[in-house]
Amino acid sequence: MSDNDEIYLHAEKIDKIYPGTKALDQVSFDIKRGKVNVLIGENGAGKSTLMRIIAGIEKQSAGKLYLQGREVSFNSTMDARAEGIAIIHQELCLFPNLTVFQNLFMASERTKGGILDDAEHRKLAKQVLARLKYPIDPDTRVGDLRVGQQQMIEIARNLLIPNLKILIMDEPTSSLSEQEVDVLFNIMRELTASGISIVYISHRLEELMRIGDFVTIFRDGKLVAEAAVKDIDVPWIVKQMVGEGKSYPTRKAMVDWNTREKVLEVKDLTLPKSGGGLLLNKVSFELHKGEILGIYGLLGAGRTEIFECIMGMRPEHTGQVIKNGQPLKIESVAGQIASGFAWLPEDRQRDGLVQAMDIDKNIALSEIGHFMTPLGLINDRKESAATDEMIKDVHIKVADKHLPILSLSGGNQQKVVFAKGALTQPEIMLLDEPSRGIDIGAKTEIFHLIYQYAERGVSLLVVSSELEEIIAIADRIIVLSNGVKTAEFTGDDITQDNLVKASYIGHQQADENAQTA
Amino acid sequence: MNKNDLIMTLLKGRTLIVLSLLVIFFSFAAESFFTAQSLLLVAKHVALYGILGIGMTYVLVTGGIDLSVGAVVGVAGMVSGYLINHGLTVMGYTIYFSVPTIVVIAIVIGVIIGAINGIVITKFAVAPFIATLGMMYMARGVANLISNGATFPNLVGKEALGNTGFEIFGRDIAGFPVAVIILIVIAVIAAIILRKTPFGWHILAIGGNERASKLSGVHVDKDKLLVYMFSGACSAVVGIIATSQLVASHPMTGNTWEMNAIAAAVLGGTSLMGGVGTIVGTVIGAFIIGVISDGMVMCGVSEFWQMIIKGLVIVLAVIVDQYQRDLQARMALQARNENK
Repeated sequence: MSDNDEIYLHAEKIDKIYPGTKALDQVSFDIKRGKVNVLIGENGAGKSTLMRIIAGIEKQSAGKLYLQGREVSFNSTMDARAEGIAIIHQELCLFPNLTVFQNLFMASERTKGGILDDAEHRKLAKQVLARLKYPIDPDTRVGDLRVGQQQMIEIARNLLIPNLKILIMDEPTSSLSEQEVDVLFNIMRELTASGISIVYISHRLEELMRIGDFVTIFRDGKLVAEAAVKDIDVPWIVKQMVGEGKSYPTRKAMVDWNTREKVLEVKDLTLPKSGGGLLLNKVSFELHKGEILGIYGLLGAGRTEIFECIMGMRPEHTGQVIKNGQPLKIESVAGQIASGFAWLPEDRQRDGLVQAMDIDKNIALSEIGHFMTPLGLINDRKESAATDEMIKDVHIKVADKHLPILSLSGGNQQKVVFAKGALTQPEIMLLDEPSRGIDIGAKTEIFHLIYQYAERGVSLLVVSSELEEIIAIADRIIVLSNGVKTAEFTGDDITQDNLVKASYIGHQQADENAQTA
Repeated sequence: MNKNDLIMTLLKGRTLIVLSLLVIFFSFAAESFFTAQSLLLVAKHVALYGILGIGMTYVLVTGGIDLSVGAVVGVAGMVSGYLINHGLTVMGYTIYFSVPTIVVIAIVIGVIIGAINGIVITKFAVAPFIATLGMMYMARGVANLISNGATFPNLVGKEALGNTGFEIFGRDIAGFPVAVIILIVIAVIAAIILRKTPFGWHILAIGGNERASKLSGVHVDKDKLLVYMFSGACSAVVGIIATSQLVASHPMTGNTWEMNAIAAAVLGGTSLMGGVGTIVGTVIGAFIIGVISDGMVMCGVSEFWQMIIKGLVIVLAVIVDQYQRDLQARMALQARNENK
């Protein structure tokens, strides 16, 4: 780094603590003036949290921000905006019910005597859209645009901020086509040439090498490396992102899976996106009896969507799901449970548990229809015996199963969700981030449960964002990137480098599909 | 595509089409319906629902609901009646206010009740349905307490006390009901604010995406507070008009009118999910409700059948609205694919 790079914003030893986790740990970070400052890291590494703090959306637990050497403190996005700091959000922050120009000027309206000056709005909107080479009619309803177009509106909106000094872009290209990315990059160069600093977060490594000036790498809430882009290459970035391995118990299942019977075959699974494009694009894989198949990919790669298709929550999907040689007609979640599937959703609190019911009832929820007296009433004795057995089987540590579900630790709550699925005696279990938000000890226990069920002949599909974890659990791993299956690894080919590289490729392919859809 | 465009145009103009059809239907069904006298009577009723509906539209657009409007009508009417007939006694002296002052006091009380709703909803994070349901009971209780459930009759005031002229809001000026004039004035102002001022944009934005509004710098809490205050003010105005039309105030006036206000807004295309709504639509919606109720009365349809038909119309309106939205989404998708 040369000395004439002026530091525009300096973050000093920022901590951000959420209940149970430390999202940022003593992070000191510089934004250099007139440069593209790139941030990289796995999901949950802390990049977006740091940016939300700089943009005034969240407040740091400790640490200070300095703008050109002057200490600043932001209590809202308006405070940050007053200093010329704007953020383009990862999830779109638009108003689908309003028009393009209304979205562009929301909360910064031009008025004449208290009345909105829509002629001026339309004129300015046309100007900024022309600058983005994006001739959309300013009167179009934003809800009628496809996602890529909406993203351009979000970008245009930030270009309109007067006195813009720092523009934070959190994955702005995730739904843009190649041409749109080119236009965006040209604008970014115009902006940096005029002295505006850009912070750019993206998972597309090729893009970062193309547009970035400086790169900063985050891992587990810590800043682990910084470098000028001209001094580094993609393998270096991958190495920094992955870091030193943690160790998890692995099972040594020395089985030639191809000799085992196939229980599940998924062929050309395709799922359209509501705004155009595809969430899943012709994904095919198979699963053998007693096998643990890992699905790895970045956020938005389509991992959860595979489970949603199989479980009957996405009737709009196409492609075949074949179980034990029979093509399935997927109609409802209840139907899929009956045909031998069990699903542990990613969001335990929202999708996995009924908070108002006790532990016992949560476990019995999917299977309660099978504990009936001839009169159609619940047979408490049968139900209770079944849940008791389940609690023993999955080792839920609880004194009384009639306690509220929230009295359990995260790990035990996850075991309850597992027990609920296991009680239906599934042949295939779909586990979405089974170790999310639980401590290392409980994680190990969950892994042992997974091995235990695999030994009994249950086949498992496991989604995880954590590399070490998925490498430890899975017998075989498929990698998704932007809805496309980019690789499949077995045995010694399962390495962190291989997985990370495969999870970053395929964007181009997906973009072309988004174009033609 | 052309067929879809035609359907879309018909759907967009449907409230006006339905209203025209209703007027034509009742003109044939009831001899006395299409006369100046009957139509003015209908308009007087419509004014009440229309004004309440305008306040309700603002609230619904933010994604909220105000169930207390009917009860506020009662409070405003009772306060007006009490002040005209009994004045205000402070330390042994009784003050009688002039009618304009009484109108202002009643509206201020409506605004205060709205502000309480707004504060409970924004500061204490109570769901609008619950907050305003509670206020509905409380306000109705207050209305009854003012007279212990009795009616204040003959609200003409006394020349000597300088408080005559209250009945003007229920009368006609040059053959035109004052209530309708007030409706038009409020509707025009409300429509301009909703479509042509930053505040209007902001409340549409709050209903469309509250989180994004906050992140865009919209003062979400303040704007919501203002919306409930506006609804309170509209209710008070209706209370004054209704009391004036009867020249008497009864504590149960306005009972269940909140449902007519919601129905008028929904018939006019306002979404209960927030983010979508127009004032013109609500006024037309109020006319549809007024024409149906008064038209059926003139045809001699029993009160019970009136309820059933009103209920049907409201549910049908929402079904058609949903259909329009789906069609619109499909057409947008189609247009996008054709542009490629």
